[in-house]
Amino acid sequence: MGTASTTALQPPVGEHRIHYLNAKYGIKSWLLTTDHKRIAWLYLAATSFFFLVGGIAATLMRLNLIEPQGAIVQPETYDKLFTIHGTIMIFFFLAPVIPTVLGNFLIPLMVGARDVAFPRLNLLSWYIFMLAGTIFLYCVISGGVDTGWTFYTPLSTTYVNTHVFSAALAVFISGFSTILTGLNFIVTVHKMRAPGLTWFRLPLFIWSLYATSVIFVLAMPVIAITMVLLMLERLFHIGIFDPALGGDPVLFQHLFWFFGHPEVYILILPAMGVISELVAAFTRRRVFGYGFVAFSSFGIAIVSFLVWGHHMFVSGQSVYAGVFFSAMTMAVAIPSGIKVFSWTATLYKGSVSFDAPMLYALGFLGLFTVGGLTGLFLASMGLDVFVHDTYFVIAHFHFIMVGGAIMGYMGGLHYWWPKMTGKMYPDYWARLAALIIFLGFNLTFGPQFILGFLGMPRRYAMYPPNFQFLNIMSSAGASILAVGYVMPLVYMIWSLKYGPDAGPNPWKAKGLEWETASPPPTHNFEVTPVVTEEAYAYVSNQPAVVTTAS
Amino acid sequence: MSEPHATALAEQFDDVVQQHQAASLGMWVFLATEVLFFGGLLASYTIYRYLYLPGFEIGSRDLSVLWGATNTAVLICSSLTMALAVRSAQLGKTKNLIRFLFVTLIFGLVFLFIKFGMEWRHEYLEGLAPAVNFTYHGAHAHSVEMFMMFYFVLTGLHALHMIVGIGILTGLIIMASRGAFSPGRFNPVDNAGLYWHFVDIVWIFLFPLLYLIGGRYTL
Repeated sequence: MGTASTTALQPPVGEHRIHYLNAKYGIKSWLLTTDHKRIAWLYLAATSFFFLVGGIAATLMRLNLIEPQGAIVQPETYDKLFTIHGTIMIFFFLAPVIPTVLGNFLIPLMVGARDVAFPRLNLLSWYIFMLAGTIFLYCVISGGVDTGWTFYTPLSTTYVNTHVFSAALAVFISGFSTILTGLNFIVTVHKMRAPGLTWFRLPLFIWSLYATSVIFVLAMPVIAITMVLLMLERLFHIGIFDPALGGDPVLFQHLFWFFGHPEVYILILPAMGVISELVAAFTRRRVFGYGFVAFSSFGIAIVSFLVWGHHMFVSGQSVYAGVFFSAMTMAVAIPSGIKVFSWTATLYKGSVSFDAPMLYALGFLGLFTVGGLTGLFLASMGLDVFVHDTYFVIAHFHFIMVGGAIMGYMGGLHYWWPKMTGKMYPDYWARLAALIIFLGFNLTFGPQFILGFLGMPRRYAMYPPNFQFLNIMSSAGASILAVGYVMPLVYMIWSLKYGPDAGPNPWKAKGLEWETASPPPTHNFEVTPVVTEEAYAYVSNQPAVVTTAS
Repeated sequence: MSEPHATALAEQFDDVVQQHQAASLGMWVFLATEVLFFGGLLASYTIYRYLYLPGFEIGSRDLSVLWGATNTAVLICSSLTMALAVRSAQLGKTKNLIRFLFVTLIFGLVFLFIKFGMEWRHEYLEGLAPAVNFTYHGAHAHSVEMFMMFYFVLTGLHALHMIVGIGILTGLIIMASRGAFSPGRFNPVDNAGLYWHFVDIVWIFLFPLLYLIGGRYTL
């Protein structure tokens, strides 16, 4: 589909149509805004910055691993780098990014509302997020922290001399930001839907983000209280987690992973929601098994609270608990499989077009499947003992988090970019970037599966020389990946000024967000929309289905 | 129900009913978060109580059941007055609303006075404040210290919620005296009520867990 032809669709409103971007000017109109669309931009700026910081840490790590003895940094610095990378990417990029950027922008549009239920709370969430981020940056600048993003005790409470307290405080505060975002989304989806928009007419993106919000609300308070205990222990040494005083360091792991594993689904569920939208729009078909896909999000959300023990197979957990957690972990494959098969079935006999967002979606399908299946390796207790704490685990969760979550985010950002800005990005460059990211990603993390299986442990600055070839491959892939991430930054910013006007619906996609102008007016819709059809009611492929049936 | 003059409708809502329902649901979701917040702590407490029962019983016996029970009674009374305040707001009886909010606030302050001024001060002077002034060196000293740590963190967090609640009540009293509430718009009172009752219920769990099941009374 060409972008030039679609500009004709735009209503002839002239140059000076008032929309949310030009309704007000000035720094105050952004920093004090309660418009969910502007808050999405605030989050986009903030999360992109943290992605850059976390990315720089990763770049330094990969550079260091070119040489078996460590190429550029001391082992102590390396420890800080992977801690900074992990903490920033998890708490300040991956967890918030899709809900707060795409979700903030799209949830009110998709449910046909003027704003989220609590706009001021929404802005407050951003300020809490920034406060947490600033504290973590302070931690980094003042010397960093080297416990790993998991803050395992008693290492973090007793033995290290780095800035654990400020890091834990940052994580504690960031939790409240996401809790409030989740609360806002839950209420918005329940109470703000347009007339006629029943639950089963909602886009699957909304279902996914609703499930994510439930996890936000239920998992984040647990990490918050765990961080409180960690900080108290570090300050006063009162023995909650210190075995010398009768405490149990494994209790920390239980509390941490009770939050930590649902957190993984906080990262992937929103991306799954994006993929549902992309697959439907670019195959021009209703997502196969809509109801199953919708409920599988809740299946994942519920089971996610019952799998935390699979991080602790070698932590002295009882074998019976291990068996339970292993079985529950394997059960997650069922809703995940339902989603992947439904998306694949949607492609079947759809009129698939390979625009940039769809390239990300197809990349997601492959990479998420690899990530998910290797997750089953790690769920088996015997095999996990073999690959525990090796690069196999690193490769597995990067396939989920980078191959899944970031691919989903990039796809979604491209797909809704015309809606957010009113401008079209250059299609050729976008497709090229998607391919580069896909190739670079596989070259970075593919070799890490082999490295892990050969026994290279994670979190070490050095390794035996026979691992060097695979490490160089991985580092080379990381540099390609970096190019792939910088490219969108350049051409997206370019498109703000030079991109062609996108028109209200450049993809001719279904969904309320495409029925309003691009960029949308301040209150989203000139008239409150009334919904009379199901989600993804594409008609273009109907004849094909009828022909097949006859 | 929705007299035009009496409503302050935020622009994102279509009508007062929607606004009220959204605010209520938001509060309930927030309380779900709070349950998990205290839940993590209570789970840890339960595990260590199971592991170190003798020390935890010694620690528990050092607490004052009399003050704890008094505070329980104070909070239950405050819940009653809070419920009456919500009812007054529903009926539009602003004078009664202010009265009941004020009485609730006084109960809250009494609770905090007993908590800090009587109990915490006493425990500090007795040398039972972990990390600050802990002088107990009898049997199971480590687990007694751990019990006292849980006691201070749990009651401290609860007291923090009470202080926030008192702040909210103060705000409501000011708003009510300016005539901000009416039968068409009282959801701030309603939500503050939910919050206040929740904080009371937390105490209803803390009181037996910390004070009563310490093996003090045997059947």
